[in-house]
Amino acid sequence: MSGICVILEQRGGEAKRASIEALAEALRNKDALGGSVTAVLIGSGMTAAAEQMKSSGADKVVVYDRGDLAHYSAEGYRACAAQAIQAAHATTVFVAATVQGRDLAPGIAGSACLDAGYAAECTNIEVVDGRILATRPVYAGKAIVKVSCNSDVFVLSLRPNVFSASLPGGDGVIESADPPFPEGELGAHVTSIADSAGGSKDVAEADVVVSGGRGVGGPEGFATIEALAAALNGAVGASRAVVDLGWRPHAEQVGQTGKVVSPTLYVACGISGAIQHLAGMRTSKVIVAINKDAEAPIFKVADYGIVGDLFDVVPALTKAVGELAD
Amino acid sequence: MNAICCIARVPDTATRIKVSGEGKSVDPESVQYVINPYDEFALEAAIQFKERHGGELVVIHVGSGDFSKDLRQCLAKGADRAIQLKPSAPVGPHGISALIAEKVESLLPATVFCGKQAVDGDVGATGIMLAGLLDVPAVSKVSSIEFSDDGATCTREIEGGTETIETTFPCVFTLEKGANEPRRAGLKEIMAAKKKPLDIEDVAAPASKLEVLSLELPPPRPEGRIVGEGKDCVPDLVQLLREEAKVL
Repeated sequence: MSGICVILEQRGGEAKRASIEALAEALRNKDALGGSVTAVLIGSGMTAAAEQMKSSGADKVVVYDRGDLAHYSAEGYRACAAQAIQAAHATTVFVAATVQGRDLAPGIAGSACLDAGYAAECTNIEVVDGRILATRPVYAGKAIVKVSCNSDVFVLSLRPNVFSASLPGGDGVIESADPPFPEGELGAHVTSIADSAGGSKDVAEADVVVSGGRGVGGPEGFATIEALAAALNGAVGASRAVVDLGWRPHAEQVGQTGKVVSPTLYVACGISGAIQHLAGMRTSKVIVAINKDAEAPIFKVADYGIVGDLFDVVPALTKAVGELAD
Repeated sequence: MNAICCIARVPDTATRIKVSGEGKSVDPESVQYVINPYDEFALEAAIQFKERHGGELVVIHVGSGDFSKDLRQCLAKGADRAIQLKPSAPVGPHGISALIAEKVESLLPATVFCGKQAVDGDVGATGIMLAGLLDVPAVSKVSSIEFSDDGATCTREIEGGTETIETTFPCVFTLEKGANEPRRAGLKEIMAAKKKPLDIEDVAAPASKLEVLSLELPPPRPEGRIVGEGKDCVPDLVQLLREEAKVL
């Protein structure tokens, strides 16, 4: 018994990029692990996505296509995935560590029929002697662990934007499968999805993040942060302190108990750099810090620092960036 | 219907992590342990559930550390009793959910509240695995929750949007930060909590499904530099970002 199953996530009939990354990583490790690669699609109206995956390099594309699967349901998707994994005799299961994947993967691992080990949010996969060694951050990235699995089946969720999405290509077989439960019997289910208001960017996905801390002084002060974020075509982030003060929504919080981000450019304005904040942004490619206090810990992780009042420095930076664009 | 709230014990988020001598775990020396931050929101939701639906509210913790003071705090806020299961060896989400499922059997049917993840391992699996073992639906990462008589309407932030999820009871909810405003216990409640039952029990640890091979600190970032003081050095910064860092 061997083989890899990749449970793909789709929205509007198209496989998500993070899922393509998981599939590509499965295909890269196929020879080292032995066995075939099965891609599993669950949803409604899956024909186009199935055709797209047929030429990905996967040996087989298993499709669960039924009306009651149109929106995500933990129970329904989990039951389909577990059935597909058993049918494929897979010992390795990859899922993208998106919000949906982080919900689905532990459910699959905990399924009585699989009783699998589970490693969440993996950032590196190695295969040594046919066995997977998975690397994953813990304590929001303050430390990194390497784990192996003692069970027959190993379920791994892979952190988005870490693995290459490049697919080798090939010609697989499409197989349609019936969900292992009657139509319409799902206890918890998604009834609607609303897109983010105003097209504002998710701080976890943005290529540039401009964050404000207590030094911004109040909710009004964030207009200055927003202006720089807009000039850089980035997202606004916030420290825990300002979220706890109610100045900004929790969705913008960067750090432990918020989001872990690794944009190309991270600009920290009026953020002292508490350890739980640093954990959430230290893997950014380039870090710029603007702070009045030259001793602030944020300067220890910043590539470039300016000591000064953010209300002087940030508008000047916004203007300079705007002039570059012109 | 009864309610169960699972509480984890984690290092405070201000903790600087040190690796222990064998290189596989965190050095517990000088670590201050607290209730997992997300579990505070789970407890508040559980208390609100009890206020509306009645029944017993039991908080349960799996771990071998000294946690009585924190569990008493949960009792002061509104839980009826607390249980600590001390496993014979460290356990992960599989083991924790299995131990909880076995222990709470007499309380079923019950609706369960957990934090979305514990901020040590950051796995986010215990609540979801527990739902599987109890054969009830799970709604994870709940950022708002509204109870009706026989179910709840929740929202969850996803990439670029918000999902609305409907569920029936019993169910497992895992709570995101900000889902509610956790209450503080008053002096009277703190005194009353001293008389509430807190049971501590030794249990055999189920076999672990994962083996930790190593735990390391991430590589340090290369030393940065202060470009200068005040807005006059903004042109220098822009030049460095363009020509050296190549990010503009």
